[in-house]
Amino acid sequence: MSPRQHNDQAGRIAPAQAREELMVWEALNIALDREMDADDSVFLLGEDVGLYGGSYRVSQGLLAKYGEWRVRDTPISEGSFTGLGVGAALVGGRPIIEIMTVNFSLLALDALVNMAAKLRYMSGGQLRVPLVARMPGGVAHQLAAQHSQRLEQMLMNVPGLRVVAPGTPQDSYWHMRQAVRTDDPIVILEHELLYFHKGPFDPDAKPPPMHSAAIRRHGTQATVIAWHRMVEVALEAAERLAADGIEIEVIDLRSLRPIDLPTLQASVRRTGCALVVEEDVRFAGAGAEIAAALGERCFGDLNQPVRRLGAADAPTPYEAGLESASIPDLTAVVNAVRMMLGS
Amino acid sequence: MNQDLARQFLFDMSLARAFEQASAQQYSEGKIGGFLHLYPGEEAVAVGVLRAADPGDYVVSTYREHVHALVRGIPAREVMAELFGRSTGCSGGYGGSMHLFDIGRRFLGGYAIVGETFPVAIGAGYWLRMREQSEAVVCFFGDGAANQGTFHESLNMAALWELPVLFVCENNRYQIGTEIHRHSALTEVHRRACAYGMDAERVDGMDVVAVYEATDAALRHVHAGNGPYLLECETYRYRGHSMADSGAYRPEAELAEERGRDPVSGFRDRALKQGWLDERQASQIESEADAAVQDAVQFADASPAPDDLQANVYSNPLDLYKGRP
Repeated sequence: MSPRQHNDQAGRIAPAQAREELMVWEALNIALDREMDADDSVFLLGEDVGLYGGSYRVSQGLLAKYGEWRVRDTPISEGSFTGLGVGAALVGGRPIIEIMTVNFSLLALDALVNMAAKLRYMSGGQLRVPLVARMPGGVAHQLAAQHSQRLEQMLMNVPGLRVVAPGTPQDSYWHMRQAVRTDDPIVILEHELLYFHKGPFDPDAKPPPMHSAAIRRHGTQATVIAWHRMVEVALEAAERLAADGIEIEVIDLRSLRPIDLPTLQASVRRTGCALVVEEDVRFAGAGAEIAAALGERCFGDLNQPVRRLGAADAPTPYEAGLESASIPDLTAVVNAVRMMLGS
Repeated sequence: MNQDLARQFLFDMSLARAFEQASAQQYSEGKIGGFLHLYPGEEAVAVGVLRAADPGDYVVSTYREHVHALVRGIPAREVMAELFGRSTGCSGGYGGSMHLFDIGRRFLGGYAIVGETFPVAIGAGYWLRMREQSEAVVCFFGDGAANQGTFHESLNMAALWELPVLFVCENNRYQIGTEIHRHSALTEVHRRACAYGMDAERVDGMDVVAVYEATDAALRHVHAGNGPYLLECETYRYRGHSMADSGAYRPEAELAEERGRDPVSGFRDRALKQGWLDERQASQIESEADAAVQDAVQFADASPAPDDLQANVYSNPLDLYKGRP
C-alpha cells in the first residue's frame, strides 16, 4: 500500500526557502528537517522512513543527511517500536514515530494509551514523554476496510494525549514543529489524500497556537465545523450555497484534543446554527463530542440542535461508488445546511 | 565475596522480606488498596542483579517491583507511602503499588501490563546507543511475559541494533495461576534468545551470589558494546500472584521444597558458615531492616494524601479547557 511505485532514495529534502505554493508532504518534510537540524535529540523511526523515504515521501532525504541512528527503518513491529519511542522519550530523546497508516496504530495502542499518555501522571510528574506519533489515514483511493479508517474518536478519548489534524501545508508545518517541541505525547493525524495537495506556504510566518481552530470562510447563517479533507468539502459547499445567497462560516478545527471551543462558541453565537462534518464514523464519533459540548455551552444561542454528518455505520467498502457514498460529500453538506435553514 | 557485600546482601534481602510482610499486613488492614503483588521467595534476583548494576544503568521493572525499587535505593519510606497512596510516595500517590518511578535513580517503573517493559527498555537502550553513552538498561520480566508479542519484537530490535540491554527473566514458573508447562511450548526461557542470536544464560535465582556473579558477567558483556544479553533466573514466589490469590493451585510439596531453599535464610546460613558475617552482625542487620520497615509504615501512615486530581496530565495546562463547566 503506497502511492509511490519506485524507491526514491536519491530524493532530496524540499528546499526550505519561502515559496508561494507547496504540497503537504513537502511542508512536513521541511518541518522534520528543521527540527532535526535544530535539536540532535530529535530522531525519526518507523517502517520505511529511511532508505525508502516514507510511503508518502515525508521523510525523503533525511537518512542521507542525519544517518541511520536518527532516521531508523524499523521491523514491522508497531507495538514495540512505538514503545521504543516511549522509552527513549523518558530518558531524554524526542522521538517521532511514523505509523504507516492509522489502521496499524491499533497495534501500537498499548504504547500510546497505556504508556505514553499515562506515565507523566502516574509518576507524579517525574517522567515526561515528548513523543510525536504521525499517522496517515482517511478514506483514500479504494483502499478497502482495513486501510481506510479514521480513528479520531479512539484517540480523543485518552487523557494525556494531544491530537492534531492539520489539513494544509502551512498547518502541517506548524503542527509538526510545535509537536516536536511539546513535552507531551502527541498524535498528528495526516490525511492520505491531502499529501499531494498544494497550498500557500511561508515557513517564516508566525504560527497560531497549536490547538486553535481557524475560520476558513466567514459567514453569518450557519457554522460548519470540519477538519482534514472535509474542510475543502465544506468550502465547496459554501461556494455553492453562496450562489443562492446563503453565507456559511467554515471552521477548520485543526486540533481534536483539546478542541478550541471558544472559537466554535463565538461562531455559533453569531450564526445560531451548527453542523459538524466528519469523515469518521458518525456513531459515537468526534462530532458527537463537539455537538454535545456546544449544546451544553451555547443552548441559548442555538436555534436548533447541532447537526452532524459523518461516515456510514459500516466498514469502508472497496467499490469506488460505494466508497464515495460512505462519507459526506458536497451535496450532503449543501442539503444539510439548506434543511437546517429551512430553505 | 567480601564482608561489605555480604552485609549488603543480607540487609537488602531482610529489608525486602520484612517490607513485603508489612505490606501484606497493611493491605489486610485496609491501608493499601488495589492489587498488591508481593515478592517473597524471589529476593535473590532483585538483590543479585541490582547490586551488580551500576548506578548509571537504567532499570525497567514490572508490577511486582517493590523490591527492585528498594534495592535500587528508593527509601522504604517513599515506597511504602506510595503503596498507601500518599503524596510523599515516590510517585506522589498517583501510581501505587504497580507504578513506582524514580527518575533520579534511573528507575523507570513500574509497568502493570505484561510485556510493556521490553519496548521501554529497548527505547532507553536505543537512546544510549545513539548518544554513544556507556550505560546499560536492566529489563525485568516474568516467564509469562515471554509469550507476549513485544518480547519477540523487542528482542529482535535489541539484537539487530546491538542495544545495551540486559533482559532479566524472573522465572517463577507461574503466570498468575498457570504453570509454565501449561503456558509455554519451550519452558527454558533463555533458550528463546537464540532465535535472535542473543547471548543468554540460566542461573539459580534462589542463590544471590550466583545471580550477582552472572549479572556482573552479563553486564560486562553489555557495557563493552557486545549487544544485549538475556539472563534467566529460576526462582519461586511463596505467595499467590497477588493478595487476591491464595495460590491454592500449587502442590504443597512443591511449595515446601522451594521454601527449603529459601534465598534469605539460605544466604544467612552461608554467610555465617563462610565467616563473612558472625551471628551478632547478622542479627543486627536484620534488626536494622525491621526498624526501617516499621519506620516506613509510620511515615506512610502519617503522610497526607495528594489533592490535585488534574496534576500532571499534561506538561502545561491545556488552557482551552480552563474554566469550563
